[in-house]
Amino acid sequence: MHMELSQQDLLSLYETMVLIRRSEERLSRLFADGEVPGFLHLSIGQEAVPVGICAALQAVDTVASTHRGHGHALAKGVDLRGFFAEILGREEGLCRGRGGSIHVADLRVGMLGANGIVGGGLPLALGSALAHQVRRTGGVAVAFFGDGAMAEGVLHECLNLASLWKLPLIFACENNGWSEFSPLERQFAAQLGALGHAFGIPAVQVDGSDVEAVRAAATRIIPLARRGDGPQILECKTFRWRGHYEGDPQKYRDAGDLADARSRDPLVVSGARLEATGIPAERMRTLERAVETRIEDAVEAARLGREPDYAAAAADVYTQAAAGAHG
Amino acid sequence: MRLRLPMYIPRLRQALMAETRYGMAINRALADAMQADASVVLFGEDVAAPGGPFAVTRGLLAKFGPERVRDTPISEATIAGAAVGAALGGLKPVVEIMFMDFVTLAMDALVNQAAKAHFMFGGQCSVPMVVRTPHGGGLNSGPQHSQCLEAWFAHVPGLKVVVPSNPADAYALLRAAIADPDPVVFVENKTLYSIKGELADVPQPVAIGSARIARSGGDATIVAYGASVAAALKTAAALAADGIEAEVIDLRSIQPWDERTVLESVAKTRRLIVAHEAVTAFGVGAEIAARVSELAFAELAAPVLRVGADFMPVPFARSLERECLPGEADIMAAVRRSLDWKPNARIKP
Repeated sequence: MHMELSQQDLLSLYETMVLIRRSEERLSRLFADGEVPGFLHLSIGQEAVPVGICAALQAVDTVASTHRGHGHALAKGVDLRGFFAEILGREEGLCRGRGGSIHVADLRVGMLGANGIVGGGLPLALGSALAHQVRRTGGVAVAFFGDGAMAEGVLHECLNLASLWKLPLIFACENNGWSEFSPLERQFAAQLGALGHAFGIPAVQVDGSDVEAVRAAATRIIPLARRGDGPQILECKTFRWRGHYEGDPQKYRDAGDLADARSRDPLVVSGARLEATGIPAERMRTLERAVETRIEDAVEAARLGREPDYAAAAADVYTQAAAGAHG
Repeated sequence: MRLRLPMYIPRLRQALMAETRYGMAINRALADAMQADASVVLFGEDVAAPGGPFAVTRGLLAKFGPERVRDTPISEATIAGAAVGAALGGLKPVVEIMFMDFVTLAMDALVNQAAKAHFMFGGQCSVPMVVRTPHGGGLNSGPQHSQCLEAWFAHVPGLKVVVPSNPADAYALLRAAIADPDPVVFVENKTLYSIKGELADVPQPVAIGSARIARSGGDATIVAYGASVAAALKTAAALAADGIEAEVIDLRSIQPWDERTVLESVAKTRRLIVAHEAVTAFGVGAEIAARVSELAFAELAAPVLRVGADFMPVPFARSLERECLPGEADIMAAVRRSLDWKPNARIKP
């Protein structure tokens, strides 16, 4: 059983989950209004996973994320204005408008980037863990990945290498049951825990809708990786409320599945627990309003932002342009 | 007036300019870089205890220990991807892909991650990593162990690609690649590992993107890189016997490539032949021919000609491989075609 959190700690987790939920709801509306270019993959329903895990991390720790990475970015503490400005394609964005939603990164807070390639973040996190190990930073790296990445060969390579080298690496699986448009049972013939066992990596399964449970599990296993016991797997069962991308009609999904998904809302789960601690409803509403104000401020700032600078982008293809012709 | 040099000068010169094999020059560059910078780490298949499939990394494990010199499993995607993550984490990884043919398995890490991180993240970070990999045929190693795939990487904005032709350049360019903040694909031709060349005790640095005029001449320019440089030089020597002076430019880097040196040479010779071992179609020669045509059309007395491998997988049997890969005779024929070209003539396909 996990330890009881103080009301203040639980409130803090709840607040970050509200930040992610409201940010993505806002992004969904902005997308529908044509203000967000490109693709948008939302993690609504999955907030407890990044929040619970990042609550157990330290500033030195690093995370590699996925195409559904808004929660990881916000939970790791990226700048909110820079976050919205990036997704709206502005010069003021974290990546100066060159990456967008699926490439949000903020190296200052150890966020190594969302990733457009399923499984692409896994070896990056492994390399980051190697850097922690060699440089003795005391840090751990977290590879967030979805169940869709379990069928990628690179996961199997990374489990093997991380185990051989005893890397301080957490394999954090957000198992939402959907590999883009296909259900898990048609995608993966094994179980992640059994796969970890095959490589000698301990695996923990947890209710990914319960932020306290996720945090408790993360708080237990992350120190093991940190002290040199090697990689750990944390599989969080969670639910994807939205389509693979915004605008996905989800014809492959029946109404029952969606209803099941919504029955375990991480905000409702934690909200009920907060209520049970006797927290006044007014305080919860104040917290939510404060989050919404921060988001509106970030959206307005992004709207007022500049178009990205093309010349600056062209100058950033390389860190150090060499003599000679590039193309 | 001729100076009488003291007796020790030749011996001193010998000591300062020792003959070194290409593979050993790379070994020394790795050792020197690791000595100079504790953040340089080495990993790849069989690079540590076995000392590398071509013995290029021999002795480095003993010298620098198992934390910095590591054997990996046969996992090319993860080797390359881990290099990206390690580079983002403050290390300078030098990884080896055992044969260039195997980079197909590492393409996501190189093309989607390493090449783009600096740009895509708004300049927040750099990816100082080097991928060493041997290319080329001539060893009858067949279609999956002989390819020259460097043009793929030269096509990707964000990657740098170097292909040294001799021990001194191999040393200097590897040091430059390791010091470079950007990802560099360092291509070693397998047939060069055993060739010898001079390497100074304190080697001269070489900047990535700078070519070298390997032989001066005024009648035609042959641009080559890697193992094709030696073939171009032999061709030039044979042409000189007929009174034709070809200038040979060793490109050294293909991304970026030294456009200025090539254009200056073409302005002088008015004829350009680009020779490489890679397949001609859609290759480095095609890019150089196109650029020179765009920038110096009026300077050219003949079309730019390309010499490269035929458009087929590199075959196994000796006779087949010999015919498929370009050699001195092909470069010679191209130079003569260029010299013989008349206005209104057409190049026969």
